[in-house]
Amino acid sequence: MDSPPVLSAHDLACARGDRSLFVGMHFALAAGELLMVQGGNGQGKTSLLRLLTGLSSPAAGEVQWRGRAIGQTRETFHRDMAYLGHANGIKEDLTPVENLRFQAGLSGHAFDEPLAESTLRKLGLARCLDLPARVLSFGQRRRVALAGLLTAGALLWILDEPLTGLDVHGVALVESILRDHLNRGGLVVMTTHQALTLDGVAVRTLQVGRQEDA
Amino acid sequence: MLGFLLTVIRRDLLLAARRRGDWLTAQFFFVMVVSLFPLGIGPEPELLKRIAPGVVWVAATLASLLSLPRLFADDHRDGSLEQMLLSPEPAVLLALGKAVAHWLIYGIPLLIVAPVLGIQFALPAEAIGVLVLSLALGTPILSLLGAVGAALTLGLRGGGVLLTLLILPLYVPALIFGAGAVDAMLAGTGAEANLSLLGAFFVLSLIVAPWISAAALRVSME
Repeated sequence: MDSPPVLSAHDLACARGDRSLFVGMHFALAAGELLMVQGGNGQGKTSLLRLLTGLSSPAAGEVQWRGRAIGQTRETFHRDMAYLGHANGIKEDLTPVENLRFQAGLSGHAFDEPLAESTLRKLGLARCLDLPARVLSFGQRRRVALAGLLTAGALLWILDEPLTGLDVHGVALVESILRDHLNRGGLVVMTTHQALTLDGVAVRTLQVGRQEDA
Repeated sequence: MLGFLLTVIRRDLLLAARRRGDWLTAQFFFVMVVSLFPLGIGPEPELLKRIAPGVVWVAATLASLLSLPRLFADDHRDGSLEQMLLSPEPAVLLALGKAVAHWLIYGIPLLIVAPVLGIQFALPAEAIGVLVLSLALGTPILSLLGAVGAALTLGLRGGGVLLTLLILPLYVPALIFGAGAVDAMLAGTGAEANLSLLGAFFVLSLIVAPWISAAALRVSME
């Protein structure tokens, strides 16, 4: 590998209760690379992603961001990282624009309203800007969450099944978004059960759990 | 840092404004419970005056318990809690901001209706003043400690009942000093001692409670 790793995992182990999900996991990810986490249901993909965000802590080993454990450099790491989990993190009583405004405020950067609106438009939500998220469909809420990801301006994206609920155009949109992000030198760690066409970008794969079950 | 705190508070106030029905229940509960006592006991000014401080304070603690389970639960369910915990800002500020917002939504209306309820119990004007003062010092304690309980019981089944069992004992000092201040005023010994202790308890919970809430929130994310 030419460029130094930005995100790396060292001897990572994860346990849920007294069941061990995985042990001795290693990987290193450099700028502009995508890590596709693969594995069947219940093999620990989501658990791995939550370990990488710092929401939960590993049973053994550590995750490093630019060579330092994420626990020690939490503030910098969380400024550089954006996470999209199973839940969208969208408040149903707020409009998409308000959701993005509070998201920006809570992650500590200035809110750029024209940028937020154009991002929402780009994601096909032009007619929903003034509606509370409550009346949006599941896929539209997912798109609002993706708009939040785009406006967060983070270097590392951790995406847990980002394609859930998206239609064919939505999937194509995510593909182009991912490609743009990686070409700008961003990093992505993601899981998905759907096929993604990502030509021209560096994709690594990581198998979680026992391979024969996957 | 202050910006983050204010954003957390503003966000909760806006959400409460969008869903008035949800939080007004606690205030109506408070008014109803307190009003039932004069109706049930009958017009005996001396007896009503004796029980007024205790009744108002007990109703205030129960009303806070009614509104607390949802403090973090909604944000937990839709995933915005994990997003807030992934903010570069410390989780202590998040816990503090949520408690402050809870107090603004639940505590302030209580302070406004308390004088009216005091009149129902034939309390003299100076005792009503002490009652409002004791609630002003005491209800923030209920919000701060309640946030600890809400964070600890987050995501548990039957969390509401557990929250009650967990938090009511912690409310006892606030209840004793708060109601005691009004009692002392009525007995003519002056309310300063009780109010000072209540104030000390408020400062203590302001300093300690957000840290415990933040730690509990982190544990609930594991």
